Amino acid sequence: MSHSVRVTLPPNLRAMAQVHGEVLLEIPGEVTQRSVLDALEGQYPMLLGTIRDRATARRRAFVRFFACEEDLSHDEPDTPLPERVVAGEEPFMVVGAMAGG
Amino acid sequence: MGGTRVLVGTRKGAFVLTSDEGRTDWKVDGPYFPGWEIYHLKASPMNPDRIYASQTSGWFGQVIQRSDDGGVSWETVGNDFSYDGVPGEHQWYDGSLRPWEFHRVWHLEPSLHDAETVYAGVEDAALFKSTDGGASWAELSGLRQHGTGPQWQPGAGGMCLHTILQHPTDADRLYVAISAAGAFRTTDGGATWQAINKGLRSGEIPDQDSEVGHCVHRLDMHPSNPDVLYMQKHWDVMRSDDAGDVWQEVSGDLPSDFGFPIAVHAHEPETVYVVPITSDSHHFPVEGKLRVYRSRTGGDTWEPLTKGLPQNDCYVNVLRDAMAVDQHESCGVYFGTTGGQVYASSDSGDTWSPIVRDLPPVLSVEVQTLS
Repeated sequence: MSHSVRVTLPPNLRAMAQVHGEVLLEIPGEVTQRSVLDALEGQYPMLLGTIRDRATARRRAFVRFFACEEDLSHDEPDTPLPERVVAGEEPFMVVGAMAGG
Repeated sequence: MGGTRVLVGTRKGAFVLTSDEGRTDWKVDGPYFPGWEIYHLKASPMNPDRIYASQTSGWFGQVIQRSDDGGVSWETVGNDFSYDGVPGEHQWYDGSLRPWEFHRVWHLEPSLHDAETVYAGVEDAALFKSTDGGASWAELSGLRQHGTGPQWQPGAGGMCLHTILQHPTDADRLYVAISAAGAFRTTDGGATWQAINKGLRSGEIPDQDSEVGHCVHRLDMHPSNPDVLYMQKHWDVMRSDDAGDVWQEVSGDLPSDFGFPIAVHAHEPETVYVVPITSDSHHFPVEGKLRVYRSRTGGDTWEPLTKGLPQNDCYVNVLRDAMAVDQHESCGVYFGTTGGQVYASSDSGDTWSPIVRDLPPVLSVEVQTLS
């Protein structure tokens, strides 16, 4: 069974991937950070290394993951995402950490 | 009449400036990759339409872009800069040991000898090579695994490999420079390396005869005389007449011998340019006057070049990769500032004018002479 998952990207990565608005991904099997990001990088290979470190495959320090008004950044990569994300009712949000003054 | 293309990397994007051989009227295109730090762009000497760009961000990491149409359109290529094997450790600022960790690409150097080959100098210091136009990268790990590696330490900007010089006829001979390890030479295509820092004197390290630890800011050479190397060190302008075996100081009558870039005239191997900066704590020109200094004697004797440059209240810096020369019959000299100006001279430095003046802080300047 596959799920249609909505993903939002920060402006810099939208420009790099040449997408406007949300990205829609078909995720086979369980919907987790890892499976969503694998699908995202598979569909948009120019994003390889920009969200997860190439060497460690871990989330880059200044990238955050939000969904359903929760910060999921520190969840393990294979933790299932919230049901509303799985159902396509809420997006999985890739966000650049706050900066500036 | 030939054309001129200046490639400018800034803190917030890349810009491409074009003109004819007259170099009076300039067209400014960009920003490309807006919002990203563009540490360096450089074109292949074998294919002037091929340009590489190092695009980097504290948030989103390292991206390498390649254009095959002279900078009009770009595509991402490989960005996997994995060190070869277990990276090991180097000195940190406080003298502790810290594991090698990739941060960014400081410098891209397309090969003089093969159109698909390009080198990348990275932080933490290492040299990578691609033989497929940037699609994949392999570390030339003999450099990082030099026996002195655990003694290398970062300069203020990070432990970066920022200079890659190629011998004009011998593809196996390369020179690199690392802040703050020093200069290194290979004669076997990067398999083995020799530290070439004899004669350098650096007050920032306790042992003046140390094989490494010197904060080399930039190297340059003239292709007609490739055994003569010029160096802008943290302090001191240096020259070697034997491919780096021994260095002599040629700071001579400069008002300050601290600085970042150094460049050699396109047609005069003994004509050299530097931009004196007050000190390592005052990163701005001496007396608030932006002056390029030119030596026509291979160093020691220098003349200030001021015509068209601000001579009061100027407190910008010129970074190590932000000066270049073109190959036109009347040699052009270019440099960019942290204030966002790019200045150009089409008469070997006698007169200057800004060709663009309100960019983000300039990190790098390269120039192409187009037929």
